[in-house]
Amino acid sequence: MLRLEKRPQPSQLWMVLSPIIAVFLTMIVGGIMFAILGKPPFEAIKVIFWDPLFNDQFAAYSRPQLLVKAGPLILIAIGLSIGFKAGIWNIGAEGQYIMGAICGAGAGLAFYPSESFLIFPAMVLAGGLGGWAWAMVPAVLKTRFGTNEILVSLMLTYVAQSILISVSSGLLRNPEGMGFPGSRNFKQWDAAFNAELIANTGLHWGVVTALIAVIGAYLLMSRHIMGFNIRLTGEAPRAARFSGVKPARVVFFCLGIAGLLAGAAGLFEVTGPAGQLTGSFNAGYGFTAIIVAFLGRLHPVGILLAGLLMALTYIGGELAQLMLGLPGAAIQLFQGMMLFFLLAADVFTNFRLRFGKKGVA
Amino acid sequence: MNDVLLGLEGLTKAYPGVVANDDVSFDIREGEIHALLGENGAGKSTLVKMIYGLVKPDSGTMTLRGAAFEPAEPRAARAAGVAMVFQHFSLFDALSVAENVALGMENPPKPRDLARQIREVSETYGLPLDPGRTVGTLSAGERQRVEIIRCLLQDPKLLIMDEPTSVLTPQEVEILFETLRKLASEGTAILYISHKLEEIRSLCDHATILRLGKKVATCTPAEASARELAEMMVGASFETPQKADRPLGEVMLDVRGLSLPAPGAFGTPLREISFQVRAGEVLGLGGVAGNGQDELLAALSGERTTGADVIRLRDQPIGNMGPTERRALGVLSGPEERLGHAAAPDMSLVENAVLTGADRMGLLSGGFINWPKSKGFAEDVIRTFDVRTPGSGTAARALSGGNLQKFVIGREVLQSPEVLIVNQPTWGVDAAAAAAIRQALLNLAANGAALVVISQDLDELMEVSDRFGALNEGRLSDLRPVDGLTVEEIGLMMGGAHDMEVAHVDA
Repeated sequence: MLRLEKRPQPSQLWMVLSPIIAVFLTMIVGGIMFAILGKPPFEAIKVIFWDPLFNDQFAAYSRPQLLVKAGPLILIAIGLSIGFKAGIWNIGAEGQYIMGAICGAGAGLAFYPSESFLIFPAMVLAGGLGGWAWAMVPAVLKTRFGTNEILVSLMLTYVAQSILISVSSGLLRNPEGMGFPGSRNFKQWDAAFNAELIANTGLHWGVVTALIAVIGAYLLMSRHIMGFNIRLTGEAPRAARFSGVKPARVVFFCLGIAGLLAGAAGLFEVTGPAGQLTGSFNAGYGFTAIIVAFLGRLHPVGILLAGLLMALTYIGGELAQLMLGLPGAAIQLFQGMMLFFLLAADVFTNFRLRFGKKGVA
Repeated sequence: MNDVLLGLEGLTKAYPGVVANDDVSFDIREGEIHALLGENGAGKSTLVKMIYGLVKPDSGTMTLRGAAFEPAEPRAARAAGVAMVFQHFSLFDALSVAENVALGMENPPKPRDLARQIREVSETYGLPLDPGRTVGTLSAGERQRVEIIRCLLQDPKLLIMDEPTSVLTPQEVEILFETLRKLASEGTAILYISHKLEEIRSLCDHATILRLGKKVATCTPAEASARELAEMMVGASFETPQKADRPLGEVMLDVRGLSLPAPGAFGTPLREISFQVRAGEVLGLGGVAGNGQDELLAALSGERTTGADVIRLRDQPIGNMGPTERRALGVLSGPEERLGHAAAPDMSLVENAVLTGADRMGLLSGGFINWPKSKGFAEDVIRTFDVRTPGSGTAARALSGGNLQKFVIGREVLQSPEVLIVNQPTWGVDAAAAAAIRQALLNLAANGAALVVISQDLDELMEVSDRFGALNEGRLSDLRPVDGLTVEEIGLMMGGAHDMEVAHVDA
């Protein structure tokens, strides 16, 4: 008989191995799924994972897209991972991302058409603060009234979405847009445009910020006492209180930093790749970042790699829809499978498989 | 001579890396009280689990009244007439006594019949218990009665009791012994597991002593001295901690009228606790588990804060300070629960050293953790307190309970506290290591620290304390010098025998 036995300590090998195994299992099962849909499985896997980077025809367009898509995913996932380490489940990053974009864009548009070089930094700041403020709502409710941050942050995402639709067709609508919904296009306003820093790489300020966030989060979590307290809170809340950690401070810090980074990501997106605030500029990065955070083992370097991988499946997925006519839902299923298999493979980090009858120690 | 009830022949059970039982043979006779004696890790638990069907022996045989006895699971053991009262109760707080009893039965009778049966058994054996009460409201002694009655309703031939007295006051212990003697006189055999020698000498007919998984001897405990039994158990003589004569200094810790509401539905409120501890003094606080020990430690460590003036350190109010600020001033503590409270299970020993040592040991610079220095501190603790671990990078939960206990106490002791509060400092630690921990505590006091030792082990408190007090339902008794204190007096301070009655032996 098969049974699971708890390991005395988590296996380092499996920590690294399980994402890799998850990706391979996703390829196999995804391939089977594509085959059932009547598409060539190997071709489909190749289109998703290989063509975006190395196909002669598409790579020139899709390679820069890798950083464009990975940037916000990494930035948001880094913020989320810090909270997840503390057992604070902020799943409303999408809302914080939207609010960041609205606040940042709004702050910038208030000064239109100024060409001051301060415009863009001020917009980034306002964007970060917007996300931060939106994340403070679940933080205050949790620390004051003991509400569940999962529900509150998720619900606030829908509120943010409604606000987005409202302002993009109302308050922040382009007065010269001939009545179409959507803000002014930031690509046509140099002072606010989040342009590519190096041509044809996809590298914009958001990606740079994401890389800084990776390094910052690494230092915070592995070197700083605040990061230590965050991990302690997640692993043993009673021990954290005994150590002197104030739980409310951890809640405010974790939700705050997640909101800040998500808000900044929203601003970078709206002033860069998206170009303008519309009712649907947000591409669901806030939710996908949850998968990225877990796929990256909640570790900054892991998140960097996971963000790139997830971006690849996005681009490859679009390519597969285009080239092979795969339905969009199949691609989403494919991405979801990755998290699914990761969680399954993760069991072996803490447990090992044993044959034979159960013995009680 | 009585007939053999349960015969054990060559029982052996090995786990990876350790032989828990090695060729153990002895007999338990009908109607006898048989002690199983040994240190932590001597193999008592494994042996009992084999009898109760929780563990299958690698080799060896058991016979029950001459017939082969190979219980595949506890249910089979219970059907054959073996019942067991575990050290840690398996009761549901939110259910009533009768509901808890019914949960443990194969075919529970109708609730009304069951309530009647519970009353009958509890009357007969002097274990008064209201079947309708919620278990969460019961004291530890009463909970134990629920477990015992659950067993007695099965009409067992052999009753196994695992360290039953650790949660009882001395008076309650006497009453329990009366119950057990009555059971034995009616023909029920009792296998009594303990490491308390005096108890065994007064209660048990025979004793089997285990050391490192092997049977060392079977003897008649009444004929051996406690010292002889201890040496058989430990295999060597060890040094009893020495209290040094020391002058008492100024008042270090001054607690006045400490009252706190219960932290949860089944916690204990603290009521008007006042005491002072001087430099160089050890204050021992006894009491049955669940009478406010955890709550008192939380209030003294700073996990729960009070009015500033309620707790003073050298006349400085500290009652409103959290654990970090108190540590900075020299007030350190060690909670009872090692895993999850004193230490984070999945974190390494180095990280667990940072848990309380960060500020005091200077492990931080500008908020950043100096990992090499932290490792040095952790290894210092490991070396000084002989913590058996593969290394300082090992996760806390991979250590045995006793070794982790040495680590968490050592971590505080090496930070040279001015005031140290510990709860159950030697819980689950073997005799030699316990002696070392107690000696370390006494050394701290000798160097001028003020200590509060909360413990349920009266022998330990007598060994280390200068003054003794008992916690009872969140109140602290008057404090008395330990010299000249008798066991009866201590028992009364602990709340006496609550509402227990002696078994109607002649009924």
